[in-house]
Amino acid sequence: MKKVYTAELQKTPRIQKLIDDLYSGTPTIESTRAEIITESFKQTEGLSIYIRKAKAFKALAEKLPVVIRDDELIVGCNCVTPRGCPTFPEFSNQWLEDEFETVATRSADPFYISKETAAKLKEVHKYWQGRTTSELATSYMAPETLKAIEHNLFTVGNYFYNGIGHVNVDYAKVLKIGFKGIYDYAKAQRDQCNIYDGDYTSRFSFLSAVMESCEAAITFAKRYSAAARELAANCSDINRRNELLAIAEICNRVPENGAESFHEACQSFWFVQLLIQTESSGHSISPGRFDQYMYPYYIKDLESGKITREQAQELIDCVWVKLNSLNKVRDALSAEGFAGYSMFQNLIVGGQDINGLDATNDLSYMCISASMHVNLPQPSLSMRVWNGTPHDLMVKAAELTKTGIGFPAYYNDEIIIPALISRGLSLEDARDYCIIGCVEPQKGGKTDGWHDAAFFNMCRTLELVFSNGMDKGVQIGPKTGELVALDTYEKFFNAYKEQMDYAIKLMVNADNAVDAAHMERCPLPFLSSMVDDCIARGKSMQEGGAIYNFTGPQGFGIANVADALYAVNELVYKTKEVTLEEYADALRNNYGMPYSDEYAKTLTIDVVKEITAQGIEIKEEQIKEIFIQIKQNDIDEAKKAKYQALLQKIKSLPKFGNDIDEVDFFGREAAYTYTKPVEKYENPRGGKYHAGLYPVSANVPLGMQTGATPDGRLAGTPVADGVSPAAGSDVNGPTAAANSVAKLDHGIASNGTLFNMKFHPSALKGASGIEGFIALIRAYFDQKGMHMQFNVVSRETLRDAQKHPENYKSLVVRVAGYSALFTTLSKTLQDDIINRTEQGGF
Amino acid sequence: MSDYLNVSGRIFDIQKFSVHDGPGIRTIIFLKGCALRCRWCCNPESQKFEKQTMLQNGEEKIIGRDITVADVMQTVKQDLPYYRRSGGGMTLSGGEMLCQSEFSYALLRCAKEQSINTAVESTGFATFDKIEKMLPYIDTFMMDIKHTDSQKHKEFTGQANELILENAAKIAKRAKKLIIRVPVIPTFNDTEEEIAAIARFAAGLDRVKEIHLLPYHRLGKDKYDGLGREYLMGDLPSPTDEKMQQLKAAAEGCGLICKIGG
Repeated sequence: MKKVYTAELQKTPRIQKLIDDLYSGTPTIESTRAEIITESFKQTEGLSIYIRKAKAFKALAEKLPVVIRDDELIVGCNCVTPRGCPTFPEFSNQWLEDEFETVATRSADPFYISKETAAKLKEVHKYWQGRTTSELATSYMAPETLKAIEHNLFTVGNYFYNGIGHVNVDYAKVLKIGFKGIYDYAKAQRDQCNIYDGDYTSRFSFLSAVMESCEAAITFAKRYSAAARELAANCSDINRRNELLAIAEICNRVPENGAESFHEACQSFWFVQLLIQTESSGHSISPGRFDQYMYPYYIKDLESGKITREQAQELIDCVWVKLNSLNKVRDALSAEGFAGYSMFQNLIVGGQDINGLDATNDLSYMCISASMHVNLPQPSLSMRVWNGTPHDLMVKAAELTKTGIGFPAYYNDEIIIPALISRGLSLEDARDYCIIGCVEPQKGGKTDGWHDAAFFNMCRTLELVFSNGMDKGVQIGPKTGELVALDTYEKFFNAYKEQMDYAIKLMVNADNAVDAAHMERCPLPFLSSMVDDCIARGKSMQEGGAIYNFTGPQGFGIANVADALYAVNELVYKTKEVTLEEYADALRNNYGMPYSDEYAKTLTIDVVKEITAQGIEIKEEQIKEIFIQIKQNDIDEAKKAKYQALLQKIKSLPKFGNDIDEVDFFGREAAYTYTKPVEKYENPRGGKYHAGLYPVSANVPLGMQTGATPDGRLAGTPVADGVSPAAGSDVNGPTAAANSVAKLDHGIASNGTLFNMKFHPSALKGASGIEGFIALIRAYFDQKGMHMQFNVVSRETLRDAQKHPENYKSLVVRVAGYSALFTTLSKTLQDDIINRTEQGGF
Repeated sequence: MSDYLNVSGRIFDIQKFSVHDGPGIRTIIFLKGCALRCRWCCNPESQKFEKQTMLQNGEEKIIGRDITVADVMQTVKQDLPYYRRSGGGMTLSGGEMLCQSEFSYALLRCAKEQSINTAVESTGFATFDKIEKMLPYIDTFMMDIKHTDSQKHKEFTGQANELILENAAKIAKRAKKLIIRVPVIPTFNDTEEEIAAIARFAAGLDRVKEIHLLPYHRLGKDKYDGLGREYLMGDLPSPTDEKMQQLKAAAEGCGLICKIGG
């Protein structure tokens, strides 16, 4: 049995200084990267796309400014300003130009952009007109697909506008053999090419591009080495001078060569991480099993006395700060869907090794400590849990959860490993899985998972059942029957399935169009150099060079659909209290309730468009009037009363999330309407589709585009997140909610499921609170739940819960000797608890 | 066993995921009706056996529902995976579970037949034969000793303490595990002398090793308003942390393990 060191190591003053420096200003958009690659592309017209990409990458490595910040031990930036942000015009750029004026003031993830930068980018964008992946993707989509996107049935915006990312490369290989080793391997493969081979041109050209990219990475590091040496020469502080000289030495050796110390391994890791995110704008570049591939370097230095645990911890903390220095500007809608400047660099600790033994080591604990020390959003820390996970590690993780940072997210080996095996992974590879981005499992270093392929709104297809496939006067779904013809629940449910099947087909068409566009215009030789078996196959990742290829689009809104199907079955078919037509009428009229501002705005725009289309001029005051009228939803009082009575009836029905089998099995069926059809399809890289059930934060903006639903959800309000119950509908506490969610089939959703739970810090108080928390996770996982994350809520949230209790019906707080649902407590008691948090007394 | 399943009783709540009342994750069954009338009682709606109407956040709520053992067990069993992982189970609380002793007995027996860990929170105020019958089916007996002075006990709870102390001694001899709990109420029992007296008594009980001090809180105040009853404790503040630490030291001085809170 190996001995694992679990004690807490302290945060050093250096770490706080680095953090303060990093967060000293609003993130700024910089144009340097865009200018360099555009210049390079102008010069390489006529060459193969691989060579053009490699040359552009090399130009970046040679020309991006070298920035070494004060006190840094790990160096390397792709921008001059802290948390600055490069742009990637080769994927898309029109949206950015449209948002030049508003990007600094928008509510989700604002970025500062200077007039000069905007002007430079505008100039650069001219070149990319007609050359981006997004334009090519659009041209590949079928007309009905474009229509479905326009009507918000789903969005493939993520990869439409950006690079793919969503990968865990073979960091271990770079740490072991360096880019020199990878270069040699690519060269050996290239040397075996025969000029008469059928795939000679693409193979030779791709492998040459890989070699050039490896050289570029080495060049980039050498520039840092030189800069550090120069800074050292002018540094009067002897300690810092020595640090700079060490940095110079390290950057001279890695990532060219294999790492020989823990410090070199950390630096080499960081160059890889940084350069992947400089080559492409794809996010979710996930470090994966950092505690595993870094361990040999750590333990060797520790045992030889080259490093202390404290020094190792400080280096890890430095890497953590660096992970927060990367930034990405997204279009306004995507920014809401991925709110919080998140880069989704998912790093996971614990779990099993390839032989099925527990893999926990010192670094597993130190990674959790690092997240406590930096208290920042990156990396997205995750933890693998299996039956053999040490209790100490669970306790350590729970202590981090208790801080309210939302990390780690917990993943269940016992369901993920079999789920991956069912998708064709070998047992060893499945045991070695890591998590990408939000919740998506893959075997690192061998997979192109295309994980975040689409957001599919399962509530929109349900709307189409009520309109026989029509939306805003356009037939976008199949004609599944007039409502009067849907006279049994089976017919109703089949109509829903038909709408789902059709929309899923269109989504596949959209994803495959985007996939093909990336294949053609954006193969990434640098990234491909670190994913097996691209080099041996002589194919980029984007063309199917990886061993495992998937497309993982995610559906969301299960809880709403579950509650909706249950309600329709109860009220229309069982008790016959309303007819389907009356139900549809109430939905069209938002149950007689006023509309939210945002939703009223979109409705107003539609009305105005219709009027102007008829050639009628319309004044601003008139538009305002229309808006007010729409918002108030002023309809006949008698009808209003009838609709609202229906709403009350729906609200009193049992809901998904309370451990009631009758409702929960509607949830299971609802999830199948998405997960089962999806797995039938194939992507252009020769891989299969598999479903995920999670929305990132898109359930809010995409809910805004969704009308009222039969579960009593009003138009424009958020759709339920992930596989979690609809907000405020789980009122029987965390075990009941977890039991309901566990009744879904998580194994088929092998692209990941997401279960969010809210807790007040007081619920985790003391040893019994922590033990209860751990048992909750373990017991949910015993029932084959896949993922769990915890939002330990702040005082502000509690205040909001007082104002909007309907959104927080499931919020657990510890009251005195017991825990309770916050909203069931009296105002005075709520105040008491809020004040208690204010004192930090838990 | 089927006989027990049909026994019916009256409860006013079932609370899942309780981690502070007995070992592990527990489901608490709150039984309605109590023989004591403690002035500080934070569940005043639990005291009468009769169903009552209480105003809660402006809405009238009926307190008390009749339910069979089978139905309670169905709810209790929903959280089996959590009990297994945490060593938790079912806790009978109240009110006073001894006031519905047949129902409580049936619940405890059924739970044990399903290998579910059981605990009770009780005043111990009943004829001993009722308690004795249940003891084989109770894994953790949590019993309140509120004061050693019978006069004062009667003044604040409506009942003298002789029967309680007597039962405590008997329960200690036969129970699998007995924990003594003391609600620490300012103006009633919050001096070091009074706590020490209770701790001495507890330490003298057979095999009793643990005592829990539960600091007074005003969290039940709104419920008195909701029931149209006067709250006799007024604005009395909760004991401070320092105070609780002093009392803990006093209890530990009697050779017991002492925890603050449950």
